[in-house]
Amino acid sequence: MNPTAPRKLKVATTSLAGCFGCHMSFLDIDERLFALLEHIEFDRSPLTDIKTVSPDCDIGIVEGGLCNAENVHVLREFRKQCKVLIAIGACAINGGLPAQRNHLPLPVILEEVYHTSPGLANGLIPNDPELPLPLNQVHPIHEVVKVDYCIPGCPPSGDAIWKVLSDLLAGREPELGHGLLHYD
Amino acid sequence: MSQTFTLDGLSIPFTDGETIIQAATRAGVFIPHLCYHPEFKPHGSCKLCTVKVNGRHTASCTLRAAAGMVVENNTEELNAERRALTQMLFVEGNHFCPSCEKSGHCQLQATAYHLGMMSPHYDHFFPDRPVDASHPEVLLDFNRCILCSLCVRASRDVDGKNVFALSGRGIRTQLIVNAKSGRLADTDFTVDDKAAQICPVGVILKKRRGFAVPIGERPYDRAPLSETALAETAAAGEEGV
Amino acid sequence: MLSNEKKSPATAAVAQSTVDRVLTRYAHDPSYMVQILREVQEACGWISPEAIDRLQAVLGVPRTKIEGVAGFYSFFHTRPVGRYRLLFSDNITDRMQGSAALLERLCSALWIEPGKVSEDGLVSVDRTSCTGLCDQGPGLLVNLRAIGRLTVERIDRIVELVRDEVPLADWPAEFFAIEGNIRRTDVLLATPFAPGDALRAAQARVPSDGLAAANLRSWREGLPTGLGGPAAMLDEIKRANLRGRGGAGFMTGLKWEACRNAPLKAGQQRFVVCNADEGEPGTFKDRVLLSRRADLVFEGMTVAAYAIGARRGFLYLRGEYRYLLDDLNAVLERRRRDGLLGSDIAGMPGADFEIEIHVGAGAYVCGEESALIESLEGKRGTPRNRPPFPVTNGYLDQPTVVNNVETFAAAALIAVHGGDWYAAIGTRHSAGTKLLSVAGDCARPGIYEYPFGVSIRQVLADCGAADAQAVQVSGPSGVCLGAAEFDRCIGFEDIPTAGAFTVFDHSRDMFEVARNYVHFFQHESCGFCTPCRVGTSLLKNLMDKLHQGCGSPYDFAEIEKLNQLLQTMSHCGLGHTACNPVLDTIARFRPAYERRMRQQEFAPAFDLDRALAAARQMTGRDDAGAHFLDQEA
Repeated sequence: MNPTAPRKLKVATTSLAGCFGCHMSFLDIDERLFALLEHIEFDRSPLTDIKTVSPDCDIGIVEGGLCNAENVHVLREFRKQCKVLIAIGACAINGGLPAQRNHLPLPVILEEVYHTSPGLANGLIPNDPELPLPLNQVHPIHEVVKVDYCIPGCPPSGDAIWKVLSDLLAGREPELGHGLLHYD
Repeated sequence: MSQTFTLDGLSIPFTDGETIIQAATRAGVFIPHLCYHPEFKPHGSCKLCTVKVNGRHTASCTLRAAAGMVVENNTEELNAERRALTQMLFVEGNHFCPSCEKSGHCQLQATAYHLGMMSPHYDHFFPDRPVDASHPEVLLDFNRCILCSLCVRASRDVDGKNVFALSGRGIRTQLIVNAKSGRLADTDFTVDDKAAQICPVGVILKKRRGFAVPIGERPYDRAPLSETALAETAAAGEEGV
Repeated sequence: MLSNEKKSPATAAVAQSTVDRVLTRYAHDPSYMVQILREVQEACGWISPEAIDRLQAVLGVPRTKIEGVAGFYSFFHTRPVGRYRLLFSDNITDRMQGSAALLERLCSALWIEPGKVSEDGLVSVDRTSCTGLCDQGPGLLVNLRAIGRLTVERIDRIVELVRDEVPLADWPAEFFAIEGNIRRTDVLLATPFAPGDALRAAQARVPSDGLAAANLRSWREGLPTGLGGPAAMLDEIKRANLRGRGGAGFMTGLKWEACRNAPLKAGQQRFVVCNADEGEPGTFKDRVLLSRRADLVFEGMTVAAYAIGARRGFLYLRGEYRYLLDDLNAVLERRRRDGLLGSDIAGMPGADFEIEIHVGAGAYVCGEESALIESLEGKRGTPRNRPPFPVTNGYLDQPTVVNNVETFAAAALIAVHGGDWYAAIGTRHSAGTKLLSVAGDCARPGIYEYPFGVSIRQVLADCGAADAQAVQVSGPSGVCLGAAEFDRCIGFEDIPTAGAFTVFDHSRDMFEVARNYVHFFQHESCGFCTPCRVGTSLLKNLMDKLHQGCGSPYDFAEIEKLNQLLQTMSHCGLGHTACNPVLDTIARFRPAYERRMRQQEFAPAFDLDRALAAARQMTGRDDAGAHFLDQEA
């Protein structure tokens, strides 16, 4: 390893209350991943299977909103360890599809899913301590921690993700023009 | 048309009685707007079209142009303020673009794109606004209402029906329909009404026609709002002549 | 189901006959919609769908329009409310006098939650914006009748009276006794005045018989061509340097002249409107003027009508002062009998002027003159786009003068004693006197009339406020002054005011004062424009976040940004000034905010642990994983 080469930036990624679609889109940057890997290395991420975020992580990329207690714990770990936190995708930014339950009281939802709807064997609301409890409402991540940048889209295109990351690596304020900036 | 005012350094001609936004649009300058529509009496409520006239903020859809005015429009300051207003509209309602039939031809969304809005920024209100699916042809999804009152004006002034109105006050202001039941099915609304065509967002939707245009080919996929809006106004103007 | 929600043919028939009676009274004129809805509600208890059916059928007005108006005003109810409707005044002064604990006591005794109706339909309890009893609070309204000086004993007695369903007429009379609390008088409150004095004086200003005829014709025909009486009257107002007492201080003479000179289209006329929508929290001087000097006010309006050539006038009385209506109507009736209103006023042939009282229905924004005019026209009280201004395009799009109660009272005195007399009082740029509504932490709250130019310190000394930390002058939309500024003076050249003067001693947390005012603006925002509708709610949420100890410097920066946006982008004065209390208290009492910023890092506005409460309850879990532990927060 060349000792004079700049240290690679550590990038951690995760999906909270999301569908991993943003991660799939991330992979859509295709061969540019190789160029990216010249500058970064992945820390905790579904791509590496590392389970915790390193304390000196540079960039955290969070997909998905906050649906349950575990989402909050993971998000807080990301915020604590990462210098820069990026919300990626509609769910992280405004709650997205999961947040469309927000007008319903949580007890009504749990009743409907586990008691009223047919098809479940015992009709009990799961209470295993291993399972994270759902929050009253789904929240976008900026309502719980400070978020530095957002990449909107459902999912954002590989090009949009590439644009924001390359802007950041070049020290520019990320900007998405027509065609790259979209919310769906 | 000998009178002019200055808009971001450009000399803009205007005729007596014309508002700033009318003159600017005719001259090919786009000013963001949501509640303004060239075919209707201006409302002046969304405040997206706010410009600075001789240093003072004012809505360009209601202020008549006057000779010698110095107007600022496309400045970083104004666009930041407009972006904040757009963010307010996003958190006030429930705007989930990925599941909205209007996505790609929604003026709120396109305005947000135009202003480079990367997130809604504020804490969301997540209001509870039931949809009204009672009408056989048209769905009302109040979650997306931005209270621009274009449907109110279209129904009253063009259709002669008064199907819509704003009720409530403050943050509880809401769109209501003209029926004791509160249901659109119990009004004389039809899918051919002007009010059925005018909604800039995804509240008034024709049933069974959602997602007809593939992503990538929808109006605001093809061209940004600043171009589309000017083209539409120009076309409307030619029809008028 | 609530007892009065039961629908029977009988109730529908009652609604129908009530509506018919009210509509006859208002000649089936939809521009009286606010008054029509008010009277229907006074008779039926609420505005039922059946009542709206009938209104729609008879008036031929779309239901959307009726419901839009009914939905705008806080005092209109399109759902049943209690037969006893108790509204606690929620101004900061009421809070300081202990209203919150009294509200709680009443609610727990009656087994009712604020904002709800009791199951038997007997009673509902809620909070409302300042009711103008700050000098004798805490106050409440029961079916829009005011009760002040609330104590535990009074609350307990009210509980009994409600439970026993005692008619309001049989409640102890002393409950409804409203004090004048006039502590200092000057020309406005003390000058002897007999009804008709001002009109006789104005008439006497006619320079010659020949011109008098022309003047009378000009009044009758609404033509601004007369040179004598009306023009001479206008001249006196201008010489007096009288400025509007609503706070903005526009020159009254110029306003009247602009209205007088505004062209009239065929069939149009000019109007005089008295703004008695005294909604600014902490203000109550118009209540006192209307109770004690009503003739002066009505005569000032008549003088204005004489000067501008108007034949119709309105007094827009805030809904919170509904209890003054009967007395005011009696004064009008007496003035008609005495030939001071109606046709050929004061014996001048063709001099016709009538005054009607419109009662508001709980909307602070209607104090803004164009919103007030919308309300007078029977619409939602949304401020208009300006220009054009009311002096050219006011009531029903016709030239209209809108002035404050106190302005008209001063105009009547100017008519009697002349402009020079008045201009000599006060300061160079602020002629005359000003009524101050003094309340808060002082020994002698009440009405103080001073010549303009009086210092804050003087007022504080007079009212017995020895320990003042701050004074809110002109209410939340005015300015908050700290001790370093107590030598500043009341007047348009320094501290303009509509009249509120609220004192806070050193025991008060000025952050909480600002938070109360922010709640007020959020409640009163009309919802027309985006920045005010959403911005006041965002501001309220941020202030609540700081209050709950979840605030960080990040939220503080957000508050400052919101203030800026509200100031620049809002449609009317409500939005422009909604952030004043916050800006002022940040500038003067910053430690009160810094104490509230408990978090260094950004923290959520909601309690995370509480956000799991419903899930805990549904699953029966209470293990460590079912909670957010404090050290993590």
